[in-house]
Amino acid sequence: MSHHEEQVALSGEFRTMTLEAYADTIIPGEKRGPEDRAIAGVATGGGAVQAGALELLAWDATGIHDGLDDLARLLNEHTTAYAEEQGLELDADVPPFVALGYEHRAELVLRLTKPGHPEKDFWVMLALFCNMAFDSAAHLPTQQALQDGHPGLAALGISKPDPDGLWRFTDFGYGRELARMHPDTTPSGSPA
Amino acid sequence: MSSTAERTDVLVIGSGFGGAITAYHLAAGGAKVTILERGPWLRTEEFEHDYKLGSSYTRAFDFTVGDGMSILGGNCVGGGSVVYFAAMPRAPRFVFERHGSIGRRMWPGAINRDTLDPWYDRVAESLNITKQEWSDASYAGGLWAAACDHAGRTANPLPAAIDNSKCVNCNFMMAGCRFEAKQSLTLNYLPAALAHGARIRPLHEVQRISRTADGDYLVHYNVVDNDDYRVHIGSGTIEAKVVVMAAGAGATPVILQRSEDDLGTMPHAVGRYFSGNGERLNTAIINEDKAAELLGLDRGDGLAYAANAIGKGPTVASWDRLDGSLPEYSRYSLEQLYFPPGLGTILAQVPDASGPTWFGPEKKEILKRWTSWLTIFTMIEDDNEGVFGPPPATGNAHRISQQMLGRGNLSYDPTPNTWGAWMQSDAEVKEILEKDGLAKVMPWTNDLIGAYTVHPLASCRMGDDPHTSALDDRNELRGHPGIFVTDGSAVPGALTVNPAMTIAAVAERAVPNIVRAAQDKGVRVSYGAPAPDGSRAGRKNVLPLLQLAGR
Repeated sequence: MSHHEEQVALSGEFRTMTLEAYADTIIPGEKRGPEDRAIAGVATGGGAVQAGALELLAWDATGIHDGLDDLARLLNEHTTAYAEEQGLELDADVPPFVALGYEHRAELVLRLTKPGHPEKDFWVMLALFCNMAFDSAAHLPTQQALQDGHPGLAALGISKPDPDGLWRFTDFGYGRELARMHPDTTPSGSPA
Repeated sequence: MSSTAERTDVLVIGSGFGGAITAYHLAAGGAKVTILERGPWLRTEEFEHDYKLGSSYTRAFDFTVGDGMSILGGNCVGGGSVVYFAAMPRAPRFVFERHGSIGRRMWPGAINRDTLDPWYDRVAESLNITKQEWSDASYAGGLWAAACDHAGRTANPLPAAIDNSKCVNCNFMMAGCRFEAKQSLTLNYLPAALAHGARIRPLHEVQRISRTADGDYLVHYNVVDNDDYRVHIGSGTIEAKVVVMAAGAGATPVILQRSEDDLGTMPHAVGRYFSGNGERLNTAIINEDKAAELLGLDRGDGLAYAANAIGKGPTVASWDRLDGSLPEYSRYSLEQLYFPPGLGTILAQVPDASGPTWFGPEKKEILKRWTSWLTIFTMIEDDNEGVFGPPPATGNAHRISQQMLGRGNLSYDPTPNTWGAWMQSDAEVKEILEKDGLAKVMPWTNDLIGAYTVHPLASCRMGDDPHTSALDDRNELRGHPGIFVTDGSAVPGALTVNPAMTIAAVAERAVPNIVRAAQDKGVRVSYGAPAPDGSRAGRKNVLPLLQLAGR
């Protein structure tokens, strides 16, 4: 087994880096430091990784937790084939998918999630949970996530709830007629 | 027959509109009624404002991914009524005359808007459905109205089953209403059914139905774990003289498919002709300056809109295309909607993207403008092209996550009619919202999980033609006397409006037929209960119709 194959086969750090790179492809963020290879660094602020995508993926409630080793391995295998096709030289110090630049990562994700791809369901599900970690912090109580400045909820501009954890909006509408009603509306307010 | 077998007169599968309404009337009429509900029984104080997996919104919902169509449905006592957005328009008159894909009227000859109106009235009285005023519309609804007006269209506030005096516009309707403003069935029909002796068993998922030696039905269920729905903690059976199926259009046909070995051949239309109610979503990203300048909108605090998070689901719809003189597949409504984070944001696409449309750096940029999103919900006439494959091992899906997410066997390949209507409605949404630079608009992608419906219909539908309908015009399953279907699967096709009101009216209309079938089986039951709160106007209007029909 070559050095590269060993890295692909191993779980642990290489699995984490591979999945982080996938999550960062879905909702990109900024690098956590100069040594950060998993995050491509094509966006400012926190992305899916900083939002906690790996914590969500590893939670058994998702049902995807026990397939992560396989997904990371498959992703790297697809990358190797893709790199060969594209004539790309991959840095052997990191998992193949991590070695790709963002444009190539995105292209590979598009191919894997395209209708007709035999593994499409898995890659879509992986993307779905990465997105959920960012847009709804699905692994955290929402109030706590808001208090801790969760990057996804902050990016979406989710306001803080009342002290009891419930949202209430006293001002909710313009309070005036803004269009003519359909002439055939019935007295109960339905279409005729 | 075992002397220890559990027995009931009427076994109701599911506690959403089709189950709760029939259970109430049958219990009030004197029958012994048992309701089996696959989801949990959540009390008002358990409805949370929380997006964490395991909170009430994932416990109460089911999201089943199919091949070309994914279904979002209720999964709790009260079913869809707990998670729905309470928009309750009646279906327009032309809908009942549709031919769809079969070259003849899809609805039974006995049902049209006029004959259904008295049953709509019963529902309106029972759920306190009210015509909404402009003062009830959310910012998002007002914005949609103003944009329609600016583009020469009309727009209407939607009738709703919401007590506005209790509503706080939290936009957490999908997690169950903590303020009891939304008129879910847990506030009316279900407590009234319980008061008349009906029993509700949550976390009981019906798998199949067989027959007893003396011609009754035996309903087989699994008991589902309260937190992890992938885990079954028991099973059992209940005997019943009459079975009312209301497990939802994504589940009722699956139970019947799995029962075919025991019950014998099912009608051809069981598990066929599924409709997603023609649903499709567009996300607009509003230019706030233009909303102020073009539409004169002002929230009073310097903001024109930026209010995606505020409101109560859909409040305003444009009905200009609900015109019976237009050809089929060109009629649709365009309705302002709210979609919470977590459930569909990934499907929204970047307008004018140079790279990927549903993920990546440009997607992140539009997520940062989420407060200025306006979601438009389109309901066209689809072609009933959904077909259920062989049933999964249990339930209606292979469950992936502890709650909510599963893989089902529905396949849906949109026909040119359906695609044509979606393209036409997309173009109109774009025309309205991009006029003079008000917004940038893109439809949700169908590439990831297919089309997406929150209103599954027609998978076990009524009709007059035995080949293209599974139920007769009394909601009885053809060839299987004593089994009635009263949920959205009985509705023959897309309605061009939100369907809860029509599903409920069809269930109300079915009750006298179920009562007669139960009487024929020796059950002491009668028809004629008032609305759950005791109101009697609706009953007064339908009783003469039944006497006429009985002559």
